[in-house]
Amino acid sequence: MEFFVINVLNGLSFGLLLFMLSAGLTLIFSMMGVLNFAHASFYMLGAYFGYVVNHVLGFWLALLLAPLLCGLLGALFERWSLRRVYAGGHVPELLLTFGLSYLVLEGVQIVWGRSVVAFTLPESLKGPVVTLVSEPNHHLSVFGRWQDPALWQALCDSSRQSAEALSQCSPFPMNRLFIMLCALMMMALLWGVLNFTRLGLIIKAALTQPQMVEALGHDVPSVFMLVFGLGTALAGLAGVIGGSTFITEPAMAASVGSVTFVVVVVGGMGSLVGAFLASILIGMIQTFAVAIDTTLVKILLQLHIQLGDSWLHNPVLNLTLTQIAPILPYLLLVLVLIFKPNGLLGKKP
Amino acid sequence: MKYFNPRTVLLAAVCLLNLSAFAQKGETVKIAWIDPLTGLMAPVGSNGLKSFKFVAEEFNKSNVAGVKFEVIGMDNKLSPAESVNDVTASVDQGIHYVVQGNGSAVAGAIIESVNKNNERNPGKEVLFLNYAAVDPDFTNSKCSYWHFRFDADTSMKIEALTTFMKDQKDIKKVFLLNQDYSHGHQVAKYAKDNLAIKRPDIQIVGEDYHPLAKVRDFTPYIAKIKASGADSVITGNWGSDLALLIKAANEGGFTGKFYTYYVSTTGTPTAIGTSGEGKIFQVSNGHYNMGGKMQSMMAEYKKRSGDDLYIPAIAHIFNALTLAMSKAQSTNPVKVAAQLHGLHFDSVNGALEMRRLDHQLQQPLYITVWQKADKKSPYSPENTGMTLAVVKSFESYVSSTPTTCDMKTP
Repeated sequence: MEFFVINVLNGLSFGLLLFMLSAGLTLIFSMMGVLNFAHASFYMLGAYFGYVVNHVLGFWLALLLAPLLCGLLGALFERWSLRRVYAGGHVPELLLTFGLSYLVLEGVQIVWGRSVVAFTLPESLKGPVVTLVSEPNHHLSVFGRWQDPALWQALCDSSRQSAEALSQCSPFPMNRLFIMLCALMMMALLWGVLNFTRLGLIIKAALTQPQMVEALGHDVPSVFMLVFGLGTALAGLAGVIGGSTFITEPAMAASVGSVTFVVVVVGGMGSLVGAFLASILIGMIQTFAVAIDTTLVKILLQLHIQLGDSWLHNPVLNLTLTQIAPILPYLLLVLVLIFKPNGLLGKKP
Repeated sequence: MKYFNPRTVLLAAVCLLNLSAFAQKGETVKIAWIDPLTGLMAPVGSNGLKSFKFVAEEFNKSNVAGVKFEVIGMDNKLSPAESVNDVTASVDQGIHYVVQGNGSAVAGAIIESVNKNNERNPGKEVLFLNYAAVDPDFTNSKCSYWHFRFDADTSMKIEALTTFMKDQKDIKKVFLLNQDYSHGHQVAKYAKDNLAIKRPDIQIVGEDYHPLAKVRDFTPYIAKIKASGADSVITGNWGSDLALLIKAANEGGFTGKFYTYYVSTTGTPTAIGTSGEGKIFQVSNGHYNMGGKMQSMMAEYKKRSGDDLYIPAIAHIFNALTLAMSKAQSTNPVKVAAQLHGLHFDSVNGALEMRRLDHQLQQPLYITVWQKADKKSPYSPENTGMTLAVVKSFESYVSSTPTTCDMKTP
């Protein structure tokens, strides 16, 4: 039970981090029709800026300043570079952002080196926020950070227990809760701005009827710049959180880049809610694929299907779910493209 | 009575000595370094290249053969195919010595291509000096006269590690978590075999493989390890795969121990930080506080580049090469190979032997534990304030393992 709960929590928090990352991408795509290949690079820049600011001014200011810096850079890039190629259609846009991703990668390596930098969370975000204790009689209890640690530490101290009747203790780290809260707040804010403010109204109008909005006296190119800046700022925010929770290194952009595209496509191009659902789905799939120990052979045997010797020892059928966990998101991508090409919540073009 | 004038004798002897010992003197020996400088394992690769260049410079100041070394870096992007091209490029540039260490898949491809080249291009032979690829096959079923391994292979490392674990009475349940390629599978296989003999009471409660350098979030693996009830984890992970695993273990409340190979690889000390104190063990042919030549080189390297010199096998390679060249009185790879074959030499961890049977270096191994740097073990990698302190040293013979190699000597 405690194993299941902790895996759900882990899957949720990983999914929400993915959402934070892909929200900016899907925002830019739905608003501007630009598929930003350099999105993950802004995620990486966010982490590195966060690392620098964290060093000088502390984590909380890093959380504020690094996304702002990323947003500023993104806006400048849109203003001075991307804007010039809109007329050429989608291919020049793609190539330009693709090129930018290489520039950022090399730039980061020149400035901060190829190795890992030490970017860690502040003490207040370390340690468990709740500890799940599953006692030998399957009774599950939850102990919070605010309670006296002595309450659960006694239960979890394995040296005092016999091997057969061991309580299982799983702490859920504070930083994971922090990821979840950040992502949810970000989503609420984004949704609110787009749906309930004048700015959101102009943005949405500028997308479908740019000439009309311009005729009404609004500066449409600036709206696009703002949207691009906002999208990259969101990537930067995810970068600060992801970089400090996991690792800050030059390969971090490449490691998340492809999976964010999976999220956006599975969720439906341009759908914020779709991206949210897809992120949670992928987070869960990846977590549970690792947690569940099974192979195709075992599943078939459980279904009472008779298998020949060659099947029983087939190396592909004997791959564990854990081993194939990393390709599952891409498998999902292929399936969605076959059966629901517009994604879970995508609108028909 | 005829007698030789002692001075004449001395003069003649000196002349002879000069002629014989210094035939190769002043020659420049080029070494092609083939390892990743881009991609996920670039940090580990660039440290390797810097270390090679640095140690070459140290040996250029003075060495028994009187030769100069020049290290030429080639980026193989961790790809076997690229590495084969790099070997061909080395042959074209007249380079006779190739070094590589990261990734056993790559090392296997280099052995193949070196074998073919040496068969087809007499006079353009290449020697492969392997400094870190530890798949035991290279000195067993796939052994080659042209390949020399200066690290200890997995069979030796696991031999030493399990000999140490045998006496750790608190180990009852072990989980094997490794990278999903030849190296990871070899670690798991040898660990299972050795534990079954030395500690049959230990239960293997889990065995998992994850993709090489792809996983960022190890939390699900930790949840699984905890659910299995394991008190110890054996892993051959390196680079970010080890760093992130241990980070996730600390957050996920895993209180067991880690038995590892590569705590000292670039980036890992930083990621582990002060956590994991006393719970992370490493088996290796070196450590941070070896004293002597290694210590002074490490200090100088750190002063110059701010980085850590953590691969003793590099010093082994230059020690062995210079001795073999002075014995062969030549830098010709065929003559040098004949000398390396069974060579006894001294290096930073003692008196070593390049075993004639399979070209696996026989050397002492150390079990170290991650802890705060102190007076006894002062060297702190990546300025973490932590170090690896020796808990057990094994003489060469302890970790020596038999070989099935049937070497074809040309």
